[in-house]
Amino acid sequence: MMRKLKDDVLLCLIYLAAFFAEFLLIGILVYVFVKGFPHISLHFLTTVTSVLEGTVGIAGNIVNTIYMVVLTLVIAVPVGIGSAIYLNEYARPGKIVRLIEFTTQTLSGIPSIIFGLFGMVFFGVTLGLGYSILTGALTLSLMVLPLITRNTQEALKTVPESYTSGAIGMGAGKWYVIRTILLPSAMPGIVTGIILAVGRILGESAALLFTAGSGYFLPRSLGGWFHKMVESGGTLTIQLYLSMEKAQYDTAFAIAVVLLGMVLGMNLLTRFFIRKIETAKFTDAGGE
Amino acid sequence: MPQSKISTEKLNLYYGAKHALKDITIRIRSNMVTALIGPSGCGKSTFLKSLNRMNELTDGARTEGKVYLDGEDIYGSGMDVTRLRKRVGMVFQQPNPFPMTIYDNIAYGPKVHGVRNKEKLDGIVERSLRQAAIWEEVENQLNRTAMGLSGGQKQRLCIARALAVEPEVLLMDEPTSALDPVSTLKVEELIGQLKGKYTIVIVTHNMQQAARVSDDTAFFLMGEMVEFDTTARLFVHPADRRTQEYITGKFG
Repeated sequence: MMRKLKDDVLLCLIYLAAFFAEFLLIGILVYVFVKGFPHISLHFLTTVTSVLEGTVGIAGNIVNTIYMVVLTLVIAVPVGIGSAIYLNEYARPGKIVRLIEFTTQTLSGIPSIIFGLFGMVFFGVTLGLGYSILTGALTLSLMVLPLITRNTQEALKTVPESYTSGAIGMGAGKWYVIRTILLPSAMPGIVTGIILAVGRILGESAALLFTAGSGYFLPRSLGGWFHKMVESGGTLTIQLYLSMEKAQYDTAFAIAVVLLGMVLGMNLLTRFFIRKIETAKFTDAGGE
Repeated sequence: MPQSKISTEKLNLYYGAKHALKDITIRIRSNMVTALIGPSGCGKSTFLKSLNRMNELTDGARTEGKVYLDGEDIYGSGMDVTRLRKRVGMVFQQPNPFPMTIYDNIAYGPKVHGVRNKEKLDGIVERSLRQAAIWEEVENQLNRTAMGLSGGQKQRLCIARALAVEPEVLLMDEPTSALDPVSTLKVEELIGQLKGKYTIVIVTHNMQQAARVSDDTAFFLMGEMVEFDTTARLFVHPADRRTQEYITGKFG
């Protein structure tokens, strides 16, 4: 009798906890959406803020965000995947590999403001890149590198050894096996790492404030689109922070909605993408 | 007597301090099936892997002695491992098709060795699948993933994959131990069909299988080759007491 009561009480508590967690998440989403959505308009999305005309727009920040994501990934993905391949497939297991793995893990726990400080001083001042999207992207690359490396490593570890020996047994060289068997098989895990990285890039403010600055203009000429990389540029998150600082809460919430939309859209896209790879490889795609 | 395709001379193999193969000297006849039998851990799989240098993938493995393929030392400095493994193909215990289409599985080996021509690849794929007696079952689903095949089909696919690079020798490491009886029978039949064209070395736990499919049999025990003879003689008149005890089921 007593035991039954205990079970019921515990069950209730578990349900309550689950409900609370869900409720918080959905509550925040709904709140942000309700507050922000009415302030989103085509004008808001496609123009930049003009003090003269007194209008507010985030087109520049959207472009900056895209630049930041793409540029960071262009730098961090090859390096991250490359180091994961090295650590898993080439390096002799031992102290040095463990030390590198420990360091990468620690690196991922460092507060982002410290990356910002380092990026500003090293990339901005020492390398002379100043406040620019490039400085920001280099800084963020350091931040997301552990994410990509670790996820790639884990994904590579799950590829069955039998694939490798099968390929090697046919005379394939190591790099050939990595390229044709290991990387394709590990792709879902690698993509997951990249998505997590994009999430961090989208959400980052502290590390970018001191490195990429807060510019919000659109390039005026074709060359400007290239030059943009070495110009100051604030991402949506930075702009959100700045808007809040100026107590422009309507704008802030509108940006928040756009950001949430981007994150959601990306998650859906990835899920679709990963499912597509998996069906192509592991199940009978044609059906019976 | 047909000439020997592979022969070893005082082959010794160590895993670190463990002496896994002791002074193995054997002559494997061309276009015959040679079975390697013995209890688990006796070194038969290790020996098999030393014939195409797959043992080198194990950390701390060290080989001494000679292995000749058509008279050429495969551990010699002039031997290119890629070429060696093209000539000496391998089929594993667990069917291990790659997570790709059936077509790409078969075309994988030829691509490793530089075949790019689509028509040529098409021809190789069909020929290999026919040789492995699985063509009829898969000809309409070449572009489907190989992961959807049954265990027995997967193993025959792996045999086809090995045949696609036109090897001279086929090493089979307990190729039917993960298969059901019907699939086992199909693979055994296939071995019978292939032996005219290829030299086959098969490791097996199953003595009936060794008796059914092989011409010669070698009995391994604790890293030593106890006895090597024609299958007919070894199973009927084993020379060594240990061989007799093993094949009559006293141990192992």
